Amino acid sequence: MSTRLATGGRLIDRSKPVSFSFNGKKLKGVAGDTLSSALLANDQMLMGRSFKYHRPRSVVTSDGSEPNALFNLGREGTFEPNARGTVTELFDGLEAESQNHFPSLEFDVGAINTKLSRFLPAGFYYKMFIHPRPFWKHIYEPFIRKSAGLGKAPKARDVDTYEHFYAFCDLLIVGGGIAGLEAALEAGAAGLDVVLFEQTAHWGGRAPVDGAVIDGKQADAWVADALTQLDAMPNVKCRARTMGAGVYDHGYAIGYERLSDHAPGEDGPRHRLWRIRAKHIVTATGSIERPLSFAGNDVPGVVLASAARDYVVNWGVSLGDRTVVVTNNDDAYRTAIALKEAGLNVPVIIDARAGGGGSLAERAVAMGIRVENGKGIAKVKGGKRVTGVEICAQAGEGAALEEIACDVVAMSGGWSPVVHLWSHCGGKLSWDETHAMFKPDPVRGPIGADGKAFVTTAGAASGAMGTGDVLADAQAQAALAVKAVGGKPKTAKAAVVEEAEAAAMEPVWMMPQGASYKLRSKAWLDFQNDVKVSDVQLAAQEGFESVEHAKRYTTLGMATDQGKLSNINGLAVLAKELGTDIPSVGTTTFRPPYTPISMGAIAGEARGDIFQPLRKTPMHGWHDENGAHWEPVGHWRRPYCFLRDEESVEEAVNREVKNTRQALGLLDASTLGKVIVTGPDAGKFLDMMYTNMMSNLKVGRCRYGLMCSENGFLSDDGVVARIDEDTWLCHTTTGGADRIHGHMEEWLQTEWWDWKVYTANVTEQYAQVAVVGPNARKVLEKLGGMDVSAETLPFMAWADGTIGGFDCRAYRISFSGELSYEIAVPAAQGRAFWDALLEAGAEFGVMPYGTEALHIMRAEKGFIMIGDETDGTVIPQDLGLNWAISKKKEDFLGKRAQERMHMVSEDRWKLVGLETLDGSVIPDGAYAVGEGVNANGQRNMQGRVTSTYYSPTLDRGIAMGLIHKGPDRMGETVTFPKVDGGEVKAKIVSPIFYDPEGEKQNV
Amino acid sequence: MSERVFEGLATVSQQPQRGMVTLRGDLSAAKFKKAVAGVSGLDVPGMGACVAGDARTVAWMSPDELLLMGPHESVGEDVTALEKALKGTHHLVQDVSDARAIYRIEGAACRDVVAKLCPVDLAPDAFGPGKFRRTRIAQVACAFWMPDEASFELVAFTSVADYVWGVLNTAADPGSAVGHFA
Repeated sequence: MSTRLATGGRLIDRSKPVSFSFNGKKLKGVAGDTLSSALLANDQMLMGRSFKYHRPRSVVTSDGSEPNALFNLGREGTFEPNARGTVTELFDGLEAESQNHFPSLEFDVGAINTKLSRFLPAGFYYKMFIHPRPFWKHIYEPFIRKSAGLGKAPKARDVDTYEHFYAFCDLLIVGGGIAGLEAALEAGAAGLDVVLFEQTAHWGGRAPVDGAVIDGKQADAWVADALTQLDAMPNVKCRARTMGAGVYDHGYAIGYERLSDHAPGEDGPRHRLWRIRAKHIVTATGSIERPLSFAGNDVPGVVLASAARDYVVNWGVSLGDRTVVVTNNDDAYRTAIALKEAGLNVPVIIDARAGGGGSLAERAVAMGIRVENGKGIAKVKGGKRVTGVEICAQAGEGAALEEIACDVVAMSGGWSPVVHLWSHCGGKLSWDETHAMFKPDPVRGPIGADGKAFVTTAGAASGAMGTGDVLADAQAQAALAVKAVGGKPKTAKAAVVEEAEAAAMEPVWMMPQGASYKLRSKAWLDFQNDVKVSDVQLAAQEGFESVEHAKRYTTLGMATDQGKLSNINGLAVLAKELGTDIPSVGTTTFRPPYTPISMGAIAGEARGDIFQPLRKTPMHGWHDENGAHWEPVGHWRRPYCFLRDEESVEEAVNREVKNTRQALGLLDASTLGKVIVTGPDAGKFLDMMYTNMMSNLKVGRCRYGLMCSENGFLSDDGVVARIDEDTWLCHTTTGGADRIHGHMEEWLQTEWWDWKVYTANVTEQYAQVAVVGPNARKVLEKLGGMDVSAETLPFMAWADGTIGGFDCRAYRISFSGELSYEIAVPAAQGRAFWDALLEAGAEFGVMPYGTEALHIMRAEKGFIMIGDETDGTVIPQDLGLNWAISKKKEDFLGKRAQERMHMVSEDRWKLVGLETLDGSVIPDGAYAVGEGVNANGQRNMQGRVTSTYYSPTLDRGIAMGLIHKGPDRMGETVTFPKVDGGEVKAKIVSPIFYDPEGEKQNV
Repeated sequence: MSERVFEGLATVSQQPQRGMVTLRGDLSAAKFKKAVAGVSGLDVPGMGACVAGDARTVAWMSPDELLLMGPHESVGEDVTALEKALKGTHHLVQDVSDARAIYRIEGAACRDVVAKLCPVDLAPDAFGPGKFRRTRIAQVACAFWMPDEASFELVAFTSVADYVWGVLNTAADPGSAVGHFA
C-alpha cells in the first residue's frame, strides 16, 4: 500500500493537517501536499480511468507532465475539469472527483473496452463509423460522446476573476531550477532587467531531490542563497507559481500565474496572464523522464523513477513497500538509493544495459541492492495495483526468467530536454545519439526581427545532464544572452560540483527488444489516450508514415498532456517500424501553451459589465429610465423603441411612427459619425471620396453623398455640410464613423500624402437630436434663438446659432420625409438640450422614437440603409442612385470598377419597391423565385428582399428588394416563398411609398 | 460626465471636464510654434512627449498633431486665438473637450494598475513625467501621461467613460496587487 512515511518530506509541514475529499470521501493531508501526494498518503492509488479502454490509472509522474491523475475539482462556480493532481496544491476543503468512470471509479462498465481492445485498434473510429453516413450523426457520435471525454464541461458561471499584466524586460528566464537561478544571477549581475518564472511553488527544480552538492553546499542551501542574492537585485523579478506558457514572434511570451489555486477564496484574481515583451528569452525548462515500453506499464504502481523518489523526498510518501527499479541509465539508481535510505525495500534493479551502470550502481550494490544487468521486464502482474513483475532478458522475446513480487515499478527510459518553448517559435532540434534525445540546436534558434535568435536554452533544457554541466551551461548561455541584449557579462566563478561518474545510457524503445505482439499490445506509449506500441506499428503498416499523420491516426500525443511522456517513445517505435532513424522521422509540432491554461486567464478582466465596451450617448441615461428597448449598433446601444405602460414592441414602434408623422418626434442621432475635413485640397479630396461632387457645394449647404470602395461597391453614405471655404463636415453611418475616418486617413497617408488635407473624427464632441414632424419648427421657435424659418434655413441648409440658450448647429435635413432638423450641441450639453426639447415639445405632442421607427420611416420614403440595401456586393447604380454619381468628375474611388462589364450588365438585380397583394409583410431575407432550376437542381432566384416592414402610415406591408431588371418590370408580380411553406406575392412598384413629391419635408 | 472616486490599489478618479483642443499643422513651422507658444507659453513637444505649464499642457499626438489641454472655461478663447495665429497656413483646430473623459490614477501602485490594461512599458526608465503615450486601455483607445512620479492622467472617449471606469476599478481591486513596480 502507499502511505505516509514516519519521517521526511522537504516540502510538507506535518504540523498543519489539511482536510479534503475525493469522490465524496473525507481524507487528510498536510500543508505542502499536492492532491496526488495526499491521495497516495491515504493509499488512494487508483485515481482515474483512461480515455478509451477505461483502464484503472494512477500517477505516473510527480509534475506537470502527468497524463493520468486528472480530476474534476470544485463544484458549481469553482468547478474545473482535467486538473492534474500532481500540480494541484492541496488546501483545506478541496473537493476532487475522478473522471471518465461510470458508475464508479472502482467498478467501471467502460472497462469492457479493454477486453475488446483487439477490436478497437488505431484508427478504429475512422474505419468503423464513417459508413453508413447517417449512422454517424444519429448513432455513433452520440454513443462515442457518452463514452469518451475526460472531465465535464463547467456549467455554472465562474465565480473567480482573472487579469492580464503587460511587462517588458531585457531578459525573460523561464524555469526556476538551478539553471534558471544561475542564469538570473549572471544576468542580474550584468545589470539586465530580468523576469524569472517558476511554474511550481518551489525553487530549485530537481537538484535538491537528486542530492546535488554545489560549491560544497547542499542544493537546498545553494538555492536559498541564490534567492537571497536575487532578492537583493532590484533589476531581477522572481515569480513562483508562474509558468512560461508560450513563446511567440518578436520576443513576445505568455506567463500563466496561478495566484489563488492553492488558496481559493482569497481576494483578488485567481489567475494572471503575463503578456511579456522580452528582448531575449532564456528557457531553463529542465527535462522530462521517459517511460519504458513494457507490457503492463500502465498498471497503477508503475511510475517514473524520478517520481518515486520525489514522493519520498518531497512529500514523505511511499508508493509501496517493495519497489522494482527498471532503467536504461544511471539516474534511476538515485531512486533505488533514496528508497533504501528511507527504509523501503528494493528487491531488484533491472538494468537493460548489459554492461550495467557507473558509480551510482556501485553504491547501490554496496547498499545491498540486487542489480540485474541486461535484463528487462516481460510483463507487470496485477490489475488495479502492481503485484509483481516477470523478468526477462532484454535481448530476448520476453520469456520469463523469474517473477518478483513488488507493489511499485519505478521506470526510467532516459531524459528528454523540455524543448517546447524553444520550438514554439521555430527553434530547431538536433538528435543527440549519446543520450538518445532531441535537444535544441543552438545555431538554429527562433529568429527575431534582427535576424538573430531570440531564445537561448540553459541547463538540462539544452541537453546538459549532470549538475556541473547544467550550471556551466546556464552560466555560458546567460553570458550569451547578456551579450545578445547589448550588456556586458560579468563572468562569475564556475561552480564546483561533486558528481557521480555515470555510465552511458542505452536507448530502449521496447522492452524486451523482441517483444511479442501480445506484449506490445499491452505496452502503453500514450497513457491518457490509450495508444500502445502495437497501434503505432499498425499505423506505420497502414501507410501513415509522416509523424503528423501517425499522430492523428493513433491519437498519440493528442491528449491534454500533449504527449510529454509519449512523444519520443512513439516516434522511436514509428522510426523502427519504417526502417529509418529517429531524426529522419522528426517530431510533431510543439505548440503553446506548454500545459493547459484557463480560459479565464485568456479572457482576463473581460467579463460581466466590462466584457465589451458599451458606447453610450449623452442621453443614454434618459433612454434607460424611459423604457428604452435596446438594440446593439456596433458597440453603441441605441433605443429600438421606447416602451410605455403595457404596450408591445410593435405597438410602441407604430405609435412612434404615427406620432412623428402627425406631431413631433425626437431621435437621439448622436451616434452618427461626424468627420471634419479641412484644407486647401479638401474639396478635391472629397470629390475622390464621394461619388458625387462635393467641391462645388456652397458654404452653408448640405448634400447627401455616397462613398464606394475602390471596387465600386457602396460602402457608406451620409450628409455632407460645407462649413467654410476650406472645411466640410461629413456625416457617416453610426457603424461607419471610425472606419470611414480610417479610410480617409489611409488614402491621405498612403496615396495623396502631398495633398493639404486634415481630418478629425469629432463624432463624440456633439450630441445630435433629430427634431422631426409637422411640429418640429414650432418647438424650436418656442425654445427661441436662431431663425429656423423656411426662408432663412431652407431644406438642405445649415446654420450656427443658439436654440433655447444652447450653442448649436442646425441642419435642415430629413431621413423621414417630414419637416426635420438635426441639431448638434456640445456633447456635455446633450442631455440638458434633450430635456429642454421634451419640456417645450409637450404641448406639440413630442415623443422620442427609436431606430425601428427611423427605419420604417426611411423605408416609407424609399431611402436606402447601408447594411440593408447594401451588403458589399451592391453598387449605387443597383439602387437607382445614378443621380448621386457625378458624370462630370474625371475620377472618384470606385469609378473605374463601376465601368466593368459585370457592373454595367443589364442583368443586375436592382432596387424596387414591393407591394404585397394581400397587404401582408414579406418575411425578412425572403427570395423571389424564378422559373426552372439551376445546375445544382435548386430553384432559380430572381431577387431578394432587402428591407421589409409593416408601415403604420399606410397600414400595410411594404418592402424594398433587389429584383432582376427590377425597374424595367414595374407592375409585374413576383413570388416569395415563406419558411412555413406558404408564399407571398408582391407587385413591383416604385420604392417611394410615401410623399413621392417631397412636399412634407420641404415646408 | 460624473466625477467619481474609487480607492483601491491606487486611487482612481474621474476628473472634471477640461479644455482639449486638437491641433494639426506643420509642427516644425515657426508660425505654428508661435501659435502654440502664444496660447500656452509652451514649446512644441517632441515625439512621444508632453510639456506642462502652469495652466496648460501640450502633448504630441502624431507627426502633424498636438493636443492642447487647459482650463475648460477658456477653451473657446484658445480655439479663437489659435485660429487667428494660424490664419493663412494649412491647419486644423478643433475643440474636442466634450469628446474626452479624463481619469487620474494615483498612488504607489499606479504603474501596476495601468500595466494591467495598457500594453506599454511602464518601467520608470521607460516611461515617466514628460512622456505621453497613445495606446489602448483594455479594448478601447486612450492616451496617458504622468503629471508626477506617482500618478497618471488618462483620457478616453466619453462614450466609453463607464467602460473605462469599470476596467480601471477592476484593475485597482485591492486584492489584486502585482508588486511588479511597487
